[in-house]
Amino acid sequence: MRKLVIAISVLAFTGAAASADPIADRQALMKERGKLVGTLSKVVKGEQAFDAAAVLDALKGLEANAEKFDTEALFPVGSEQGSDTTAAPKIWEDKAGFNAAEDKYLADVKAAVATPPADVDALKGPFGAIAKDCGACHQTYRIKKG
Amino acid sequence: MGRAGKLLGAVVILGAAAAVVGWFLSAPVRLDADTIAKLGAGDAAKGKRIFFAGGCASCHAGAKAEGDARFELAGGVELKTAFGTFVAPNISQDTRDGIGAWSMEDFANAMLKGVSPSGEHLYPAFPYASYARMKPSDVADLYAFMKTLPAVSGKAPGHQLPFPFNIRRGIGLWKLAYLDDRPVIDLPADAPEAVVAGRYLVEGPGHCGECHTPRDFAGGPKKTEWLAGAVAAEGDGIVPNITSGEGGIGDWSAEDIASYLENGLTPDFDSVGGAMVEVQKNMAELPPEDRAAIAAYLKAIPPHPNGYPPRKPQR
Repeated sequence: MRKLVIAISVLAFTGAAASADPIADRQALMKERGKLVGTLSKVVKGEQAFDAAAVLDALKGLEANAEKFDTEALFPVGSEQGSDTTAAPKIWEDKAGFNAAEDKYLADVKAAVATPPADVDALKGPFGAIAKDCGACHQTYRIKKG
Repeated sequence: MGRAGKLLGAVVILGAAAAVVGWFLSAPVRLDADTIAKLGAGDAAKGKRIFFAGGCASCHAGAKAEGDARFELAGGVELKTAFGTFVAPNISQDTRDGIGAWSMEDFANAMLKGVSPSGEHLYPAFPYASYARMKPSDVADLYAFMKTLPAVSGKAPGHQLPFPFNIRRGIGLWKLAYLDDRPVIDLPADAPEAVVAGRYLVEGPGHCGECHTPRDFAGGPKKTEWLAGAVAAEGDGIVPNITSGEGGIGDWSAEDIASYLENGLTPDFDSVGGAMVEVQKNMAELPPEDRAAIAAYLKAIPPHPNGYPPRKPQR
């Protein structure tokens, strides 16, 4: 019985430790974000037919993803290096600017969800704004590494 | 005179001769009359495309300028490199602080030969080593377009460069080694039109090689690793390999490249980042056939493995 308790606590502990890996967490969120943007990108480029419900799903997915993106929890001091992070030191030097960039992105995603696009042309505007937010943040707060 | 005296004399004479030769070799060279004659009148409407192809605003407009602010070319953007800090000058139409008083010939000499109106060498942080490959008529069109842009007063601060890089005359020797108006990549005579057009855009006005090609000890591009990616001039990151070699973009289709230049999204669902954000904004302003030409060229050039060292393992 005692062994079982220990085993469970060990498991629980490693589980907690795994979810306490902010670099892995933020990378997973970014990956998911990219996949969703990719789905929308295909529609905008005309590679995939416009489906209002599917587009709204993707936008809602982006909204949920952005709301989970807690910069304090995901970019704590001490997570500047390691595990193939491409986060730029600028994130910790200019927290306010980084948060503002993330907030602008969340606002643009929310706006897109609030007025669901009825056709591909209506999607182009909000999609362009979102794509631009990606670039604006990556311009300053990400470093490409080999 | 003793033997040591003779030797010393010879060294002094040789040294003086080298200095004289070096002085002549390093003299600024302006455009010849032939090229000046090819400039023509310049067409401002066509020059707008060249303005974006050349990425002028990326360095000469304020950092992160949007909309019409990208036409306010007051300079001031800093480029912190291993050679020192370069500061982009004011190239607005202000006659005192900018280049409003420059003639078309002055402008062409700066763009194609890296020589200022007063006859000084310009630093190759201004990418004339690429612009040298531009057609004189495109330079003239760009000049005409820039004449339509606003004058913005205020001089940008000077470069902050340590010795010996603060001696402009030395750039003359650098130019002998690296300033060349011939294309980097030889293409077969029957190369598709788009590839040839793309070569012009990439190697000339687009000056892609300035960041994407690794540099040798003297800061010249290693043409044997053309566009293979490089350690970034600024900061501690890298600039990606854009050939089809290992680590490059061989798995991107020509459409993927063109689309990335238009909307900033990579085929693996990532987005444009770093200094490329400003570049991509400019590329988005080009006509679609220009982006397609750039893509066609990048698919046609020799593949190379990454031009930067592999990443050191972390922790």
